[in-house]
Amino acid sequence: MENDPNNILDEVTKGEYKYGFYTDIEMETAPKGLSEDTIRFISAKKNEPGWLLEFRLNAYRKWLGMTEPTWAHLHHPPINYQDIIYYAAPKKKKELASLDEVDPELIETFNKLGISLEEQKRLTGVAVDAVIDSVSVKTTFSETLEKQGIIFCSFSEAVQKVPDLVKQYLGTVVPSDDNYFAALNSAVFSDGSFCYIPKGVRCPIELSTYFRINAANTGQFERTLIIGDEGSYVSYMEGCTAPMRDENQLHAAIVEIIALKDAEVKYSTVQNWYPGNKQGEGGIYNFVTKRGICKGNNSKISWTQVETGSAITWKYPSVVLMGDNTVGEFYSVAVTNNYQQADTGSKMIHLGRNSKSTIISKGISAGHSSNSYRGLVKMTKRALNSRNFSQCDSLLLGDKCGAHTFPYIKTENQSSIVEHEATTSKISDDQLFYCNQRGISTESAIGLIVNGYAREVLKQLPMEFAVEAQKLLAISLEGSVG
Amino acid sequence: MLSIKNLRASINGKEILRGINLEIRPGEVHAIMGPNGTGKSTLASVIAGRDIFEVEEGEIIFRGKNLLEMPVEDRSSEGIFLSFQYPVEIPGVSITNFMRTAVNEQRKYHGLDPMPANEFLAKMEEKKRMLDIHAKLANRSVNEGFSGGEKKKNEIFQMAMLEPALAILDETDSGLDIDALKVVANGVNKLRRPDNAFLVITHYQRLLDYIVPDIVHVLFDGRIVRSGGKELAMELEEKGYEWIKAEA
Repeated sequence: MENDPNNILDEVTKGEYKYGFYTDIEMETAPKGLSEDTIRFISAKKNEPGWLLEFRLNAYRKWLGMTEPTWAHLHHPPINYQDIIYYAAPKKKKELASLDEVDPELIETFNKLGISLEEQKRLTGVAVDAVIDSVSVKTTFSETLEKQGIIFCSFSEAVQKVPDLVKQYLGTVVPSDDNYFAALNSAVFSDGSFCYIPKGVRCPIELSTYFRINAANTGQFERTLIIGDEGSYVSYMEGCTAPMRDENQLHAAIVEIIALKDAEVKYSTVQNWYPGNKQGEGGIYNFVTKRGICKGNNSKISWTQVETGSAITWKYPSVVLMGDNTVGEFYSVAVTNNYQQADTGSKMIHLGRNSKSTIISKGISAGHSSNSYRGLVKMTKRALNSRNFSQCDSLLLGDKCGAHTFPYIKTENQSSIVEHEATTSKISDDQLFYCNQRGISTESAIGLIVNGYAREVLKQLPMEFAVEAQKLLAISLEGSVG
Repeated sequence: MLSIKNLRASINGKEILRGINLEIRPGEVHAIMGPNGTGKSTLASVIAGRDIFEVEEGEIIFRGKNLLEMPVEDRSSEGIFLSFQYPVEIPGVSITNFMRTAVNEQRKYHGLDPMPANEFLAKMEEKKRMLDIHAKLANRSVNEGFSGGEKKKNEIFQMAMLEPALAILDETDSGLDIDALKVVANGVNKLRRPDNAFLVITHYQRLLDYIVPDIVHVLFDGRIVRSGGKELAMELEEKGYEWIKAEA
């Protein structure tokens, strides 16, 4: 049994942030700061077509006229956007035939993370598109996927290989001026993943991408585009671990999902960016825009997230339910400890008739952290007979943390039903004593109780992710009760 | 096995246990009876190590070790098991997962590797069969939505899994119908061995028809006011506690 809770708990006792190392690989970087020149540099580096450069420049010009949002329940010092390097790529880049040709240091990094490509390839049946910083290093299983017509590659590759598909869908779910951070990403995004599942194809394997921040002062601006054509199905997983850093690192990603008629896209993520130390110094600023659109009738998009990392998390995976009979789901566990701040939730915008959405949010706060759920459920005039069910639970550990819920509900028709349930609870002394009396230490007991509390969400994850997520929950809450 | 000397304990400055003396030897079953509010459950909690109670005086020696210096989980690993009067719910945690964690934490305490999964599952099956416990229990969340009887059976099941040297049953019979009571008592009897002991706390004599004690103690006002054989329980049943109160 891989998911032995006791192995998990062993790891809990190990202490410091486990993935706090970084790899020393020669980088080719853009000069610090943001200007039209930087954007031209990035675009040229990636040998992009003119329309994409225009897309970037447009976004940049819009961004110049925008201001950082202040409505979130978050506090951080101002970000100096001119002090960031917007492009960094491993220098040695050539087509590789086997793992032997991959930079040994990189392999070492993967080994430390426990995601050896070789092992992944042989044992798990998971295709891994491993992203170190900005440029995709290695794509596996692409042959298997190609046979089915599935395109799964880095975003840059897709721009070269299938420019028409990219052009058709890029920015259609998250417009380049959607919000401040989306505009920034649209201007400077370096790489990310692209996925297209053709009509009627059921993707036979879980697709997985590991993102990793790996250079000082390099902001990460991934761009992911997933298109499920009519009647297709795909389960896509994204996981993050980041090396320890003293300075705050900005991370502003965009994920766009398009589900056409009868398509289903399931997107799972475990986010574990460096959260900063126990005093709240350092850590990643994570400002992410994730949105999917159920464009065709009977389509379905499901987000599942486990958020344990980052100093600041600003993230609202959303679904626009445009077609009739569409389904949108959001399952979330967000853990904050020490001085972490999270403002996260979901938006369900119902446009189609008989559309259904579910929001299950489980917040866990410990230490001096602040954990907010922010959600919008909107039933438009046209969305007759639609339904939403939202459940927002908060679990508090200790008495110095905060949990907040900001649910927004807008209903413009009479036939839709919106339900919202919320609870706040603490781990009781009775529960801890009960566990202790069975020989279970307090630390282990908290891991157990928290995993039980989050089970409804964890069970939505693919198996291998569920295991990782369980470990992360326990590790993140280490030392939170004393 | 267990030796309690002059134990005094209080909660929020109010003294509950006022000088308890108790000796339990391997193979024995002791019953503690007494009216409500005389400190029976407090005694169980203090042995287990619940920190809401303040130990003012006295000692508890368990198999040569001073229990009062140990955290709750170490006492458990040393072989103290408490069957709770009101077992708490732990939503989302399956009994299987809970028990594996407990078994393996106890093994870790004794320097042993975790029990292999197949061995563990086989042990669960064996104990369920032995105790005549419905198979479904193991996949449900700990005590969540359990009936009173199910909760108590689950306590006995956990006891069987952990194989303690000393099991304390705190009012295990409260809220049980006669069938559940038989299952529980039957389980305890099957688990009796020459090298373990039981401390059965009960308000009524009924349970002692099924779990026959070697020694019966009567607790009143924080002290053991009388000890005797199993016939003492019968006498109490007949005369009620007023008789003891009058004597005390």
